[in-house]
Amino acid sequence: MSINIDPNICIGCGRCHDVCPGTLIKINEQKKAYIKYPKDCWGCTSCIKECPVHAIQFFLGEDIGGKGSKVHTEKVNGLIRWIVEFPDGSVKHIDIDPKESNKY
Amino acid sequence: MKIERIKTDLLIIGGGTAGCYAAITAAQNELQDAAGSKGANLKILIVEKANIKRSGCLAAGVNALNAYITEGHTPKDYVEYAKKDADGIVREDLLYSISEKFNDVTAHLEKLGLVILKDKDGKYVTRGNRNIKINGENIKPILANAVKKLPNVTVLNHVNIFDFSVHNNKIDGAYGFGIENDTFYAIEADAVIIATGGAAGLYRPNNPGFSRHKMWYPPFNTGAGYAMGIRHGAEMTTFEMRFIALRCKDTIAPTGTLAQGVGAKQVNSLGEVYETKYGISTSERVYGTVAENLEGRGPCYLRTIGISAEQEESLLKAYLNMAPSQTIRWLENETPSKANVEIEGTEPYIVGGHTASGYWVDTKRATTIEGLYAAGDVAGGCPQKYVTGALAEGEIAAKSAVEYIKASSALRLAQGPDARFKVAEPAEATIKDAEIARHFAEIESYLSQKNSLYTTEQLEEAMQFVMDEYAGGITTGYGYTEKQLNIAKEKIDEIESLTDKLSATDLQEVMYIYELKERLTVCKSVIAHLATRHETRWHSFAENLDYPEKDNIHWRKYVNSRLVNGEIKTFTRELTAEGQKNYEHQH
Repeated sequence: MSINIDPNICIGCGRCHDVCPGTLIKINEQKKAYIKYPKDCWGCTSCIKECPVHAIQFFLGEDIGGKGSKVHTEKVNGLIRWIVEFPDGSVKHIDIDPKESNKY
Repeated sequence: MKIERIKTDLLIIGGGTAGCYAAITAAQNELQDAAGSKGANLKILIVEKANIKRSGCLAAGVNALNAYITEGHTPKDYVEYAKKDADGIVREDLLYSISEKFNDVTAHLEKLGLVILKDKDGKYVTRGNRNIKINGENIKPILANAVKKLPNVTVLNHVNIFDFSVHNNKIDGAYGFGIENDTFYAIEADAVIIATGGAAGLYRPNNPGFSRHKMWYPPFNTGAGYAMGIRHGAEMTTFEMRFIALRCKDTIAPTGTLAQGVGAKQVNSLGEVYETKYGISTSERVYGTVAENLEGRGPCYLRTIGISAEQEESLLKAYLNMAPSQTIRWLENETPSKANVEIEGTEPYIVGGHTASGYWVDTKRATTIEGLYAAGDVAGGCPQKYVTGALAEGEIAAKSAVEYIKASSALRLAQGPDARFKVAEPAEATIKDAEIARHFAEIESYLSQKNSLYTTEQLEEAMQFVMDEYAGGITTGYGYTEKQLNIAKEKIDEIESLTDKLSATDLQEVMYIYELKERLTVCKSVIAHLATRHETRWHSFAENLDYPEKDNIHWRKYVNSRLVNGEIKTFTRELTAEGQKNYEHQH
């Protein structure tokens, strides 16, 4: 799996670069973040949680059965909202209250 | 590349769970003891190759604390559980020392901000006998924030440590380089805590293509701590007890949440529950799955069909908090109430937090190198640590290291000020200029070499294929023979000889070369250990096809090793006695 950074949305703040546990994200000369080593992504989603403008989405590689959906999170009223965009254009939201523990 | 010399009192290598907690403990210990010989001025330095905010095993978060002493249970119960799961090959003294701390470190973590589910009486809600339910998505930022507030702790992020400085079997520092700031670091320290985690990427992974890093263990944990210790002659233990996780197919997401959370049973393609046939220890769960596949009853699944809508909703959220790819997988295909979840074993890892591979330590977490303490996945003999065990070991190692620093500084003072300056070398520097030059030159050679025939990536893949085929990887159902191990050793040596010619364009690529070399060193230790234990005590984890049975008469022992004249030499040590809380290991 890996991530996709939209250069049209990226503001070049560098926060994704700072937190990536593999230091795989770099900032290019146009001050845009890009993933230099896409095959080395662990899929931890740290960068997605850091991005203030929601420029980063993750997807499952085709080799592990990915079907083209893109996922990111946003903070909405104190909740973490996971937003899944399916290839057919439909969207699903799952809200998680960070103050609540997992049920399992 | 510029050179920076740093002097600190306590150096912590690796800012994951154990490393951060070691810093928190050492700093607090100092503040409470301001009258000590070093006062509150103990300088603590964490060196982390990524960023402590999201580095190590818990970058993505964790969904439960799996090691907790629940009401009606005692630390002894936990020791018994871990001992049973490892079929006796554990250090009881080490297990006691962490089990007695599980609940205290949990309470501390809650104080720092971790959300733990409580019932209406304010008690933690448990999952089974040893687990409590949390929201651990932000567990690393919580630890990192706590570290940031400590005035005497400095953090060097994005700096990769690649060698210890050891003189006369005593550690006095380490060498590293900043992968983003073009700087070489020579760090002198009175004591060092190694907390670099275990090793992934030794074996060909489940998905060797684009998703090669979609693995259970962090792919960035390369066994650096093991390798540096091995090269400097540290005694290591139980590298033959590999860890193989039973995981959701493709996404390599955890299965425990399904098995324990909604009670999903392991079933084969005929729908038969097979887990009872093979046993339910960690290794037996993997072995049963491999065996069912080999006998033509695959694929295997966790039976989730029929769970309630409410259970399903909770599962989708629980996985988003720790392994989001599985939730996406469900949403892109069928959800768990409608389709069972296919499972598979991962490639083998070397990880002292789940199995028992790592540094041979005493109850203070002192390694066999003076001044070097180990905590977390890099420390051996003490499996089933999980998060709370890593925290507990961080705490123990920190207290021991601070005690050691105080004792040695008191000794220096007692010897009078002149004693420190008797040597002719510049002032009191423990790391000499010539040693810095040698390490610096090695890095420079990788940066200046051109036209290398092989790339680091090619050699890494070659290593993974060798380990997979000849040292019991996924391909052989985790089994191996002595003849295969001999071939593995030969081929790993060959690959290692090719690494000197590798080239790199920047320091990140230099780091990849060092990581490859670290993995090769760990591979050699794994091969030597696998070849030594002439029995099959843990199915899959160490499936010795020459000796397919367990042999309690000869092998209720630890297999340990040391590097002697460039070769890994293995030997055995007697087990701790029943209930033994202090095992005096000989140095």
